[in-house]
Amino acid sequence: MEILAVIKLTLFCIILLLLVRPVGGYLYRVFESRERPLLAVFGPLERASEFLCGVEFSKEQSWSEYAGSLLAFSACSLLVTYLILRCQQWLPLNDGHLPGLSPALAFNTAVSFATNTNWQAYTGETTMSLFSQTVGLAWHNFLSAAVGFCAFLGFARGLLRAYPAGQKRTMGNFWADLTRGLLYVFIPFCLILSLLYVAVGVPQTFVSSLPIRTLEGKTVALPLGPVASQEAIKILGVNGGGFFNANSAHPFENPTPVSNLLTMWAILLIPAGSTYLFGLMAGNTRQGWGLLAAMLLIFLTGALVCMNAEGKAPPWCGELKVDGAAGNLEGKEVRFGAFDSALFAVVTTGASCGAVNSMHDSFSPLGGLVPLLMMQLGEIVFGGVGSGIYGMIVFALLSVFVAGLMVGRTPEYLAKKIDVREMKIVMIYLLIFPTLVLALSGWSAVAPYALSALANKGPHGFSEILYAYSSAVGNNGSAFAGLDADTSWFNGTLGFAMLAGRFWMMIPILALGGSFALKRTVPVGPGTFPTDGLLFVLLLVSIILIFGALTFFPPLMLGPVLEQFLAAAGRGF
Amino acid sequence: MKKSHEQTSLLDPSILNAAIRESVRKLSPALMVRNPVMFIVEVGCVLTTALFVRDLLGASPAGAPPLWFTGWITVWLWFTVMFANFAEAMAEGRGKAQADSLRRMRHEITARRVSGDAPTSGGEERVPASALRKGDLVVCEAGDFIPGDGDVIEGIAFVDESAITGESAPVIRESGGDRSAVTGGTRVLSDRVVVRISVDPGCSFLDRMIGLVEGSSRQKTPNELALHILLVGLTFVFLVVCVTLVPMAAYAGVALSPTILVALLVCLIPTTIGGLLSAIGIAGMDRLLRKNVLAMSGRAVEAAGDVDTLMLDKTGTITLGNRVAVAIFPVRGVLTGELAEASQLASLADETPEGRSIVVFLKETYALRAREIGELEATFVPFTAQTRMSGCDLPGRQLRKGAVEAVMEHVRRLGGEVPPEAGEIAGRIADEGGTPLAVADGARLLGIIHLKDMVKDGIRERFERFRMMGIKTVMITGDNPRTAAAVGREAGVDDVLAEATPETKVGFIRAEQARGKLVAMTGDGTNDAPALAQADVGVAMNTGTQAAKEAGNMIDLDSNPTKLLEVVEIGKQLLMTRGALTTFSIANDLAKYFAILPAMFGRAYPEILPLNVMRLASPESAILSAVIFNALIIMALIPLALRGVEYRPLSAERLLPRLMGIYGLGGVIAPFLGIKGIDLVLVAVGLA
Repeated sequence: MEILAVIKLTLFCIILLLLVRPVGGYLYRVFESRERPLLAVFGPLERASEFLCGVEFSKEQSWSEYAGSLLAFSACSLLVTYLILRCQQWLPLNDGHLPGLSPALAFNTAVSFATNTNWQAYTGETTMSLFSQTVGLAWHNFLSAAVGFCAFLGFARGLLRAYPAGQKRTMGNFWADLTRGLLYVFIPFCLILSLLYVAVGVPQTFVSSLPIRTLEGKTVALPLGPVASQEAIKILGVNGGGFFNANSAHPFENPTPVSNLLTMWAILLIPAGSTYLFGLMAGNTRQGWGLLAAMLLIFLTGALVCMNAEGKAPPWCGELKVDGAAGNLEGKEVRFGAFDSALFAVVTTGASCGAVNSMHDSFSPLGGLVPLLMMQLGEIVFGGVGSGIYGMIVFALLSVFVAGLMVGRTPEYLAKKIDVREMKIVMIYLLIFPTLVLALSGWSAVAPYALSALANKGPHGFSEILYAYSSAVGNNGSAFAGLDADTSWFNGTLGFAMLAGRFWMMIPILALGGSFALKRTVPVGPGTFPTDGLLFVLLLVSIILIFGALTFFPPLMLGPVLEQFLAAAGRGF
Repeated sequence: MKKSHEQTSLLDPSILNAAIRESVRKLSPALMVRNPVMFIVEVGCVLTTALFVRDLLGASPAGAPPLWFTGWITVWLWFTVMFANFAEAMAEGRGKAQADSLRRMRHEITARRVSGDAPTSGGEERVPASALRKGDLVVCEAGDFIPGDGDVIEGIAFVDESAITGESAPVIRESGGDRSAVTGGTRVLSDRVVVRISVDPGCSFLDRMIGLVEGSSRQKTPNELALHILLVGLTFVFLVVCVTLVPMAAYAGVALSPTILVALLVCLIPTTIGGLLSAIGIAGMDRLLRKNVLAMSGRAVEAAGDVDTLMLDKTGTITLGNRVAVAIFPVRGVLTGELAEASQLASLADETPEGRSIVVFLKETYALRAREIGELEATFVPFTAQTRMSGCDLPGRQLRKGAVEAVMEHVRRLGGEVPPEAGEIAGRIADEGGTPLAVADGARLLGIIHLKDMVKDGIRERFERFRMMGIKTVMITGDNPRTAAAVGREAGVDDVLAEATPETKVGFIRAEQARGKLVAMTGDGTNDAPALAQADVGVAMNTGTQAAKEAGNMIDLDSNPTKLLEVVEIGKQLLMTRGALTTFSIANDLAKYFAILPAMFGRAYPEILPLNVMRLASPESAILSAVIFNALIIMALIPLALRGVEYRPLSAERLLPRLMGIYGLGGVIAPFLGIKGIDLVLVAVGLA
């Protein structure tokens, strides 16, 4: 691999690490301190929304109230979007007289946006009216991300708070967290990022299309719009649903290598910053750095493998008389090249974002395996907004339980003991992901109505199916392409997978927080299993890899691994 | 001497034979279903057996694996289940052998029940022990067996409790005080006592003990349950992996045979820890029992491993309990030799431990040989509660030693002067935790003897070990705070609870618990009972009162308070063994994948054979080797499960890398070597 790529990766990580502390500290001040930043600006807005919601923000909720509010809110927003998409033809701002969506597609799309997945089974430009795009979908980019963050906040409070005897075991107020997330974090962060995007050449306009004359002398309409602002929340909220179908590969969404770099940092900004927030909440920032180190270790390994695989000339180069010196450029933008595209793929799949700047489908088998595995580890390598860190903490709990026994004490994490009830919830959480992905992929691998949607046969076709379900359950939203996902089978099952992958995991997480809230804190001493050292980081990484590898080893072997070996032997698909 | 709870060898033939029989009996699905991991293996066994029978009858479909292969897989799968059963049976077997010997004691005893209420008034009637109810009074004389648990309410007797404690030296049981409890089935050796029965038939100590050692009343402990959930979860996910592999393989054009799928499943699910989990728990209780500690529940043993604070009585636990002389201090104008001589003479006839220790000390330090009291024509003056002095009268001399105030009073009465420094010396000794004795010759006060309650040998080191484990030690004593602090410093405890009363003890425990700490304590007296009940781990001495025994959740049959240290270690060892085997079991899976997956798909896609990193001879031998390894590793780890992982008092930070290296890394590497080795053997014997 080129030395330049290694230097670029190192610099990328260093700048990311420099951002962790300020972002985490800011988040802490927003959600956990009385002295919220920029109170003069946001304070009145916050009080206004408090008044409009009719909820007292200072009134804390128990885990079940918190989860109830979260579910009710998500269900309502999902329903509204479903209705907007179904009734598109009767609603305003429909210049192209686009018809309403089919029930399966409307369900799939509504779920996709409400779950922060942004899986797009349609082509935005030709399916959605401007009303549907903005009123139906765009606001989900803000809300679904904020909801994910709320789930983390509630859980973390239950886990970390030491409740004095007799105090109600509450974990914050969902409506307060949601409002503050929007007002103090997502809206201002997006404003700044939009300006940065505009600065590097992303268009921001209310003109919906621009007629231009091409070189051949034809007049075509060039679609335009408020791209920069849309792009900002798509990236910051790790949503990934692009303004254009080509997503971050489109020159208006991601015009230069600089905007590409900016995008990758922005994707990881809040998930990485959350680790520091968690450390602050735990009263020991080393706890947060430990989790971040584990994420970074997996991320770097994945990035190096993927960049290395994509940097190599593909085996068909010689046959087609193509110069392979720049690596595998099939399905990649030349302005990014093989390394930046590979790095972007690892960032976007590891962080549950799903924005793509290249076709993952065209990656070499090994290069494609990395994004697949990143999702299958449970979207925790930085992960989604909120969901990444709570997923990581669940793995930390599992690690502490398995290895913590070895120091001869009932396993405990951050001064709370892990007993039967917690273990039950941890296992439920960890089982949902592989069970859904494996069962749905297995079914689709033999069902004729599923196979008919495949563009490729052989192991690559299987990878496409596996990728689609891993992406849906992991709420990633990126696609391996090659799969015609707009069929009622895929719309239905993927929609179900996204819903289950979001809320079937979020409810256990909040319940886990509620369960920890009931525990008394255990003093930390020399006999306590330390969870902030190098040893724990290595242990955590091995547990994540073993758990991910053990459950997905057989299907990965039948997909990318088999393909890699077949390709090496000269059989392509 | 110990006779019953001796360490039984792992290879005791009688236990071994019984265990083999038991492991077949445990194959019953009704029993297996309690352990879902092994139940899945058994279901797999039944499935492959059916396939084998089908193939044997010649009805095998095209593409089915060869008959010998299905046969051997089936055999080794059955072995896997049997080995796990065997481990459990072995663990239970040792307890059963002990239960049988206890049960033999429960033969029908005839009790002499006192009719009427008062022990002295009524006559006696002979009734079977099983007819006794709570509150009945019985009379036991030399040679009688005590018919049931109770308290002595009248009399004093020597009792032989060897049947329960294994200790052949008889113990004294007397009414009142802290030594009144007697246990049914033990024998009175001397005198006569009247006992008030305190339990109804069926709930006696002996009954409970039999239930505990047999494991019949064993319930899963909280940590065991949590681990159980982890194992069931892993089993479930691997079941999903194996089931969904069928359509995925079908997509790739490979028809997987059920035999191979079952083999993969059994290798992946955590059979090693799943098969040994209950054996570890039973063996832990058994280890405790062999240390002569009877735990009333597994929960208590587990809690012992988590203890943060240990509360130990000063007298008898930290110190030897009898005071010995360590120094003499003459007052001004008296030679040390003179004081030594006087002290020796005053103590010669004193047969108390203190008196003897003075003679021994002087002999060792000042080379004063003991003299016969008869040669000196001395008359011995014994100690009385009124004089608080003892000594002897020689011709012309009146030697006295005793409590400082009493001796001063004595000197003044005889018209002597009390030197002012005598009081100072005495005060200093008291501050250091010692006891001062004054010595006088006639009207002259010669000096002070320093008596000290000696801290037991090695106790400091034991406390040091606990500090390394993160456990705080607290000494409980009735002494004043200054004395208590001095003794505490010398013994190396972290904290001292001085002038302790039942209320302050309970208060102290509550305060510790409020800070989230788990507290363990030992006690024997009735006044310890509330604290024992409040503590998370309460170890009652078997010599203690019935109240104390009921309040605690463990009983130490040896009545050795330092036993708490061993209880804690066993509790920790229990969790460590579980953690080590779980880590090992999960780490094993990596190698098994590398053995089985290439074997599954290598025929259809020879391109993937580089994944066969172990270079196993054939697909059949690869799968068979993995299954055989999986079965043998259970057998190989039975001794570890029964003995427990070696415990070292290290902090978690130092302990963890060691164990992670052995069981984590070792767990990854061992199966690669093992499977390759078995494969070589299979090739050598011509099976593959």
